[in-house]
Amino acid sequence: MSEFVDQLVARANEEGLLDIAYATLDTPLGKAAVAATPRGLVRVALPNESLDQMLTGLAAKLSPRVLEYPARLDEARRELEEYFEGQRDHFELRLDWRLSHPGFYRRVLRATSRVPFGEVITYRDAAERAGNPRAFRAAGTAVGSNPIPIVVPCHRVIRSDGEIGNYGGGPEMKRFLLQLEGAV
Amino acid sequence: MAQALPPFQAFLDEHLEPVGAFVRGMVGPSDAEDCLQETFLAALRAYPRAEAGNLRAWIFTIARRKAIDHHRSRARMARPVAEPQELIDSRAGRQGPGSVDGALGMSPRHSEIWAAVAELPPGQRAAVVLRFAVDLRYREVGEVLGTSEEAARQSVHEALKKLRASASELKETTR
Repeated sequence: MSEFVDQLVARANEEGLLDIAYATLDTPLGKAAVAATPRGLVRVALPNESLDQMLTGLAAKLSPRVLEYPARLDEARRELEEYFEGQRDHFELRLDWRLSHPGFYRRVLRATSRVPFGEVITYRDAAERAGNPRAFRAAGTAVGSNPIPIVVPCHRVIRSDGEIGNYGGGPEMKRFLLQLEGAV
Repeated sequence: MAQALPPFQAFLDEHLEPVGAFVRGMVGPSDAEDCLQETFLAALRAYPRAEAGNLRAWIFTIARRKAIDHHRSRARMARPVAEPQELIDSRAGRQGPGSVDGALGMSPRHSEIWAAVAELPPGQRAAVVLRFAVDLRYREVGEVLGTSEEAARQSVHEALKKLRASASELKETTR
C-alpha cells in the first residue's frame, strides 16, 4: 500500500493540494520533525515534542491538508544534518513565517534569525532589535514561541545575568546547541 | 466549537484499508487502485470543508461516487462494465493459478460469491459490500447511500436473496 500512498501524495503535490508536507529526521538528541508549505519551512519540532502534536497544531492553525512528503524537505533535512555534524554554520532555507504573530513577536524572531552562529544576545537585546527595548519580557515570550527552532536560532538568546534561560526543547538541548556552536 | 479536522495523513491512515476494500468490491481488483487514487484526491481537494464529526461516512460517499463515475466511463468506452475477467473466470469454475485468489483477499470459494456480487445492481452491490466487506452498521450504510437505515437493511436483504439464488444456481452448474 505504501507505493500507492507515495503516488497519491506526489499527485497531490503536483495538483497544488499539498498545503503542508512533513518529514522526520534523526538528530543527536532524538527524532525531530520538519514541515514546509509551498512558501518555505514553516515548523521544526524538536525531539521533546511529539509528531502528532506538531501535525495537529499545523492542521488547526494553517490547513488540514497535511501529508508526509519528505521530497519537499530534502534541503531542510540536509542542512540540519550538516548543522548537527558541525559542517554548517548558517541555513539557506526559505521560511514561511505565518505561524509567528505578525508585529513585535515576528520582529523579535527575525532579529533572532540574524544572530550569527557561535554568538549570543540577551532577551533585552532582542527586544531592542525588534524596536522596543523595554519589552524584554514580551521578547522572551516571542522567542519561546518560535515555530522554527534551530533554523531561527532562538537558542542564541540568553538571560542578561549569563544564565542560558529557558528553551522549548529543554535547557539541556539549549546547552547542547550552544556547545555545538562553541558559544559556551 | 466545531471539532477540528485531523491532519489528512491521519485521516488517510485510518480509512485507506476499509475504503480500499469497498472500492475493490465495487469496481473489481484490476481497476481498484485508480479508483482509490481518485477517491482520496477528491477527498483531499474537499477536505478543508469536510465535517470533522462524520468523516467515515463522508469518505465512503466519495468512494461510492467515484465507483459510479468509473462504471459510467467504462460504459462510454463500450467496454464490459466492471465485471473483472478474473471474477467471471472463477464463477465459471476455471481457476487458473493466481487468477482470483488474493485479488479481493479472499479464497476462491469467496470470490465466487463476489462474482455474483458484481452482478448486483449498483445500489445493492454498494450496500452489501459496505455491510459485509467493510463491516459498516446499517445506519452507516444508509448514510453512505443517502438512504435511511431501514432502506439500507432492505437493500442488503434484496441483495442477499439474489446472492442465495445465484449460489444455488452455481451449485447446479458445477455439479
